[in-house]
Amino acid sequence: MEQTAKKTVISLRDIFVRFDGEVILNHINLDIREKEFVTILGPSGCGKTTTLRIIGGFVSPESGDVIFDGKRINDLPPNKRNVNTVFQKYSLFPHLNVFDNVAFGLKLKKLPKNEIKEKVSKMLATVDLKGYEKRPVQKLSGGQQQRVAIARALVCDPDVILLDEPLGALDLKLRKSMQLELKEIQRQTEKTFIYVTHDQEEALTMSDRVVVMNNGSIEQTGTPEDIYNEPVNAFVADFIGEANILNGTMIDDCRIRILGRELECVDKGFGKNTEVDVVIRPEDIEITAPENGQLAGVVQSSIFKGVHYEMSIMCGNCEIIVQSTKSAEIGSTVGMSVIPFNIQIMNKLLPFYNNIIETAVSYSSEADNCFEFELEGETVTVKDRFFPEGTKLEITLPPCALSLTGEGDGDLKDVYIESVVYKGEHNEIILESDERKWLMLSDTDEQVATYVPLHFDFSQAKFKVLSDGGEEK
Amino acid sequence: MKSRKLTIPYIIWMLVFTMIPIVMIGVTAFTDKNGAFTLSNFNNALFYTNVFTKSLFIAFISTLICLVAAYPLAYMMTRMKKSTQNTVIMLIMIPMWMNFLLRIYAWIILLQQNGPIDTALSLLGIHGTYIGNTGAVIAGMVYEYLPFMVLPIYTVMSKIDNGLIEAARDLGSNSTAVFRKVVFPLSVPGIISGITMVFVPSASTFLVSQYLGGTDDIMIGDVIDKVFWTDQNTGSAISLILMVFIFIFLVIMNLFGDEEAIA
Repeated sequence: MEQTAKKTVISLRDIFVRFDGEVILNHINLDIREKEFVTILGPSGCGKTTTLRIIGGFVSPESGDVIFDGKRINDLPPNKRNVNTVFQKYSLFPHLNVFDNVAFGLKLKKLPKNEIKEKVSKMLATVDLKGYEKRPVQKLSGGQQQRVAIARALVCDPDVILLDEPLGALDLKLRKSMQLELKEIQRQTEKTFIYVTHDQEEALTMSDRVVVMNNGSIEQTGTPEDIYNEPVNAFVADFIGEANILNGTMIDDCRIRILGRELECVDKGFGKNTEVDVVIRPEDIEITAPENGQLAGVVQSSIFKGVHYEMSIMCGNCEIIVQSTKSAEIGSTVGMSVIPFNIQIMNKLLPFYNNIIETAVSYSSEADNCFEFELEGETVTVKDRFFPEGTKLEITLPPCALSLTGEGDGDLKDVYIESVVYKGEHNEIILESDERKWLMLSDTDEQVATYVPLHFDFSQAKFKVLSDGGEEK
Repeated sequence: MKSRKLTIPYIIWMLVFTMIPIVMIGVTAFTDKNGAFTLSNFNNALFYTNVFTKSLFIAFISTLICLVAAYPLAYMMTRMKKSTQNTVIMLIMIPMWMNFLLRIYAWIILLQQNGPIDTALSLLGIHGTYIGNTGAVIAGMVYEYLPFMVLPIYTVMSKIDNGLIEAARDLGSNSTAVFRKVVFPLSVPGIISGITMVFVPSASTFLVSQYLGGTDDIMIGDVIDKVFWTDQNTGSAISLILMVFIFIFLVIMNLFGDEEAIA
């Protein structure tokens, strides 16, 4: 690839941002090269807009460096940066017409009038708005306003254009055509585009490179093909396209066990008997006769989607989504096979499965048969168990012992939902509290990047006394 | 149909308390005591031309001072923390909860001989009374109407999308350019409604000049007040002339506003 030869325009080095004590960007590093169309992709609240605002100069990082063309520009205000932004809500000046909006930046540069006029009309022609000069911007449609915003940024001839979900407000059809148009404008003008979106399809369609973010960190950077075919973890796989994500065990190099079957795969280096996440794209599964498949299951539903049928097949308790041009009868048993190359093995998002708390009993009452311990500044009460005060305990909570309480108090009041990944049977939800992460199983879909109270069900917990002679009674 | 029924009380209200009184003023202004048509009331009104000019002058100066004082305040308010903004609005509003006359009396006490201002200035060897002149009237008016200038400007300014300010900075504006090219043009509607809300009542106000002004600071509001008791016809004529002036003023302000919006 010639990309390696291109020079780096912007470098983010170890950027750390915090608002009101909440970490927004957790030490991220990112290089953006010349003439590249880079998309920063992630769910809302992942820090992608903040990343863009750092480059634009609207947010200064608490630590880390923003490097532009080899120079540190952390303290340079937005008006002195050779970067222009297309804002999410376009932010066109309502008191100016189309011409004056586009000419805004050029007038500030004090260019001669006829030059401004020439540049603006040329740019308006590029974005297909020739003859709209005198129109008030508020009378334009969403798509037209969008193009004015793009023209306004492009006409200043910056090195880098930042686009903050610019197509978010448009309807689907317009969005599709604008995607192609934007890509075309980028190709023509040979500018670096940094594009922020939560729409994975948009990211795959337009970008040279995709940066997937979640919870203030970069999960993966790569070409759209890489991201789709070789996701680094279950979060990326789940976020990009449709995927069956299953729990599996890597028996040895190239041997994987999923759903009770041993299959061949092509991944190596995970060690022996390692718990892993396995991704199989729905289009990579072939429906066969039950006896010929590597896996077998019962067809639950089959929906015609135009190009293919989307079938839900129950393999024991686990749901597998298959896309196939041929439909299978609902209720029938079918076989499924996948070639080794299409089985993606990834490390688990968390290094543990059961949630383990090491703590000491802070208060206990034998009469009430209960005890309390401190957890991240909150007092947690455990009923129907008794340990003397001061006992050091190891409490093991399986993921099913955690639940989110809709209202009222949880044992931990404010827990951040970092990711929700459907594993065929349940959603595996990763939560982040002040000091650690938690794994939870749930059958409800939770909203990522929200804060919820977390409740522990200690009747499912295992207690192990570590020291101080407290005996279980 | 239902919505039309709901408007009936308002239509009646406006008919009884707005339209009919205006028509009555009009009729009274053009008739004599016996109800015959005459223009002599306007002839009588011309006697007060000087008072008219003086009133409009005082109103103009007061409005100008209000604007100059209120605009930076409103601008600064929009850049404060939300909680501070609310506190400042409260502080601006609180004097308005007090009776109008009481606030004027407060100014009398402030400005009179041996009042706080006189006492303070006499330390510097300056003695005198600061009441009974045009300046005192203007001070009273500014005090009275300042909130009506601050609030509309503040309201309009605080609604300016921060995205626009960021866009302007992004396109290369420094703080001065942001203000000149974005904040100021977008705050013009607030300025216009502020000017209207201050100029109109200050042109027709009364009592302020009676309490704070000198003998030649009498304003048209006071004249109407006095004349009306003895000669309703002339009083009506003066009122009508004042209404016409205010109407012309409003038309001009609106024209100005529209032009700004287009340009």
